[in-house]
Amino acid sequence: MTTASGNPSRAPASFSPYIPNTDSDRAAMLAEIGVEQFEDLIQDIPSEKRFPKLRLRPAAAELDLVAEIAKMAAQDQHAGEYACFLGAGAYRHFIPAVIKRLVYRGEFATSYTPYQPEVAQGTLQTAFEFQTMVALLLGMEVANAGMYDGPTAFAEGALMACRVTRRGKLAALATVSRRLLEVVRAYTQPQGINIEVLSDGETEVRGDVAALLIQSPNGLGVIEDMARWSKAAHSSGALAVASVNPTSMALFKSPGECDVDIATAEGQALGVSPSFGGPYVGLFGCKGEHVRQMPGRIVGRTTDNRGNVGYVLTLQTREQHIRRERATSNICTSTQLIGLSVTAYLATMGKHGLREVAELCYHKAHYAAEQIYRIPGYSLPVPGAFFHEFVVGCPVKPRSINERLLERGIIGGLDVSDRVENGMLLCVTEMNPKEQIDSLVSALREIGAGLR
Amino acid sequence: MSQFTPSTVERRLLMDRSVPGRRSVRMPAPDVPRAPLPAESMLRKDLQLPELSELEIVRYFTLLSQLNFSIDTNFYPLGSCTMKYNPKLNDEMASLPGMAEIHPHQPDSSVQGALRLMYELQEVLGEITGLPCVCLSPLAGAQGEYAGLLVARGYHRYKRDGDRKVALIPDSAHGTNPASASMAGFEVVTVPSDRQGNVDVEALKKLADRRTAVFMLTLPSTVGLFEPRILEITRAIHEAGGLVYADGANLNALLGLTRLGDLGFDIAHSNLHKTFSTPHGGGGPGAGPVLVKAELADFLPTPVVARVDNEYRLVAPKNSVGRLSGFHGSFGILVRAYTYIRMMGLEGMRQISENAIINANYVQSKLKADYDLPFGGRYSMHEVVFSARRQKAVGVSALDVAKRLIDHGVHPPTMYFPLIVPEALMVEPTETETKETLDGFIEVMKKIAREAEEKPEVLKSAPHDTPNTRLDEASAARKPYLRWQRNGAAAPAQP
Repeated sequence: MTTASGNPSRAPASFSPYIPNTDSDRAAMLAEIGVEQFEDLIQDIPSEKRFPKLRLRPAAAELDLVAEIAKMAAQDQHAGEYACFLGAGAYRHFIPAVIKRLVYRGEFATSYTPYQPEVAQGTLQTAFEFQTMVALLLGMEVANAGMYDGPTAFAEGALMACRVTRRGKLAALATVSRRLLEVVRAYTQPQGINIEVLSDGETEVRGDVAALLIQSPNGLGVIEDMARWSKAAHSSGALAVASVNPTSMALFKSPGECDVDIATAEGQALGVSPSFGGPYVGLFGCKGEHVRQMPGRIVGRTTDNRGNVGYVLTLQTREQHIRRERATSNICTSTQLIGLSVTAYLATMGKHGLREVAELCYHKAHYAAEQIYRIPGYSLPVPGAFFHEFVVGCPVKPRSINERLLERGIIGGLDVSDRVENGMLLCVTEMNPKEQIDSLVSALREIGAGLR
Repeated sequence: MSQFTPSTVERRLLMDRSVPGRRSVRMPAPDVPRAPLPAESMLRKDLQLPELSELEIVRYFTLLSQLNFSIDTNFYPLGSCTMKYNPKLNDEMASLPGMAEIHPHQPDSSVQGALRLMYELQEVLGEITGLPCVCLSPLAGAQGEYAGLLVARGYHRYKRDGDRKVALIPDSAHGTNPASASMAGFEVVTVPSDRQGNVDVEALKKLADRRTAVFMLTLPSTVGLFEPRILEITRAIHEAGGLVYADGANLNALLGLTRLGDLGFDIAHSNLHKTFSTPHGGGGPGAGPVLVKAELADFLPTPVVARVDNEYRLVAPKNSVGRLSGFHGSFGILVRAYTYIRMMGLEGMRQISENAIINANYVQSKLKADYDLPFGGRYSMHEVVFSARRQKAVGVSALDVAKRLIDHGVHPPTMYFPLIVPEALMVEPTETETKETLDGFIEVMKKIAREAEEKPEVLKSAPHDTPNTRLDEASAARKPYLRWQRNGAAAPAQP
């Protein structure tokens, strides 16, 4: 016991566990360099701008910091303690224990972009597996090694369609989520590309449009008829660019089966924690004929000079480090580690496991919808088949319903009242046991009754 | 690495390992009544995915991991990437349930801990760089650049100065700079470097005019040198009515030594995966917060965290350039960077950069007799760029030197970048390496320089003990083979 000598966690700040140089190391190195003091090395920094006084807290000891950050984390109401029915772009799914174990391996986590393929075959082969799984899942011929997230992948898909068709306008279905379109706008507007949102009932795509942007399930949870929309796009010489839910791919038709040209998805649902919005990974696939216009990193199979199969980054002449201002994108990452989670998840769930997850989501969401529909004052105002998200019409503003749900330990759905009157988009996955759904239903009933 | 030889490594792909009937996860039966599935025409007939047992998966990925060099296993002096140690504590903090299990659409009141962490991170990044207004949402350095450029664009348009269409970019810049500028709708004009590796200030002054929107500068530059005329540069751009953007890729050289804002920069991004120790992940995820001076705060992307009435809230800046990604940024990465900054603290900031600079100059000093220094031996900042042009004269390239390092368990430096240095080898040791590791590296580099003279063939055939020897990149690009095919059939992508 060392308590007698004071607080043992207050370590002297003169050293950091992450910096090994001792005073004598530094002295020896400065002597070798041939300077008397460190400052001699930074004479190029204007002297009046040197050594600013920073207002920062002193170094913390790990023991203290862990307690402090844990306390911060404890302020958050999380899905471990609350029943959560939020989706709309980020989903809670079961993650088998093996995924995290594999992803945290330092050999994966602390390596970088595989510019030296001889010492990065682990990263490269994993990326090749990722491309394979994403292509299979989306039903596309090829896929890249990963984008930042689903919305940016969709936006890059829209830009790619402009390059392929050499057209400078986009059309979007009115059912694409607002947030998704906001991101597409932030990527396209600076280049003078405008998006025209199709009005209700409009089924034709104009002749000067590069792509029709489709989301399925759409912003209100409904499965779109992607095949029909692809046909509409193609009849005007435009491409069909889709954003889909990856879990739904085990149940519903893939973009590839619907003749979509560029398919994207938010990969987070596949083995990645919601983590307050990131890091996630964007899935991106397309028809083989367009591969040279695809953004992002791509890994290809080749052989080494002994004839053994190996993997390398390929088609790099599309990329910023070679083509600079004429690159297909400025992206310089594949979000590899999150891609690894997705790959390990899909391998672990496998052909049957993913289908089971999708069916569990489907049945539970439909059970919830049916129960809520029976509560007086609530409705299901949006027609159409859905997967695991659906809009509930509430008797009052969803915001006030959500406040009351939170008091009962339930994180309610997303407020979509800007699209549907008093609409709340609820999501139910395999992580919501029947008891949770039942308590949501009775809470909604109670809240509704209390209003009358 | 030496335990593996190509013949002993079993590298079949997952789909080739798949055996019908194998499972590695058992999902529970539905606890609710089954709902009828929608019409057959909407449903997928078959989804091909592998069928494997859990151990097969663990062993496969573990084996793959062992084919990598990484910071945890090897010295990794990859220049401009700041491959410093990634503290394990950071990962642990990011996986606390209150961090990892919160949903991005939750109401602000239910995620006050997370928002406070983001707010504090905004504050400390602003303090460290002298650019006080921060948006954490950009998901990588390149997206941070894009965000910063959109801010510049938004600012000029707001001031009805929309004719400013030119982004000035040095010839030594990273490729993402011009790529981001053209995505943001700018016309790229290249600024030459002078013989000392600095920006050619006279040329810059001629180029800066009423069409200049922004000048993008990496500081220290991509050749690892600090621009001695930096104050003159920022002043010249401001006088022309433009903004100055700092690519913060090399921020590891400046912590506690100087601040971008104090030098006259208006906008910057910071790569948290470089300077602030978050894992590079084999190529992401990173995070590239964008930082601006107060005058530009209204143009930042959405959202930023504000403190209103003692509550933290996600808000949209008044004239925001918009939403660049689905949510609020790489939150898990932000937690890691925050943890690191708190561990280092005030004293630690300066220690990071001082030791990074000492380590780089030590390597430079020890190797200056063996490899050329393209800019005449000026002191470097946190990284040193050598040129293997002397070795090239005897028929050995920078690539050969790099590949030979692999035989000695060292990850090669960045090669052939920046483009203005022939046969460039960019070494960034970082502050987390010991003197012993640096001495070992120096010894190997000296040995390789001797080999280049005496037995060049050993360099040209390197590496020798890796799972793959040199790979045929040309044929990979000519005939793209981009995914598994049944029975190894030819790839579909043949444009």
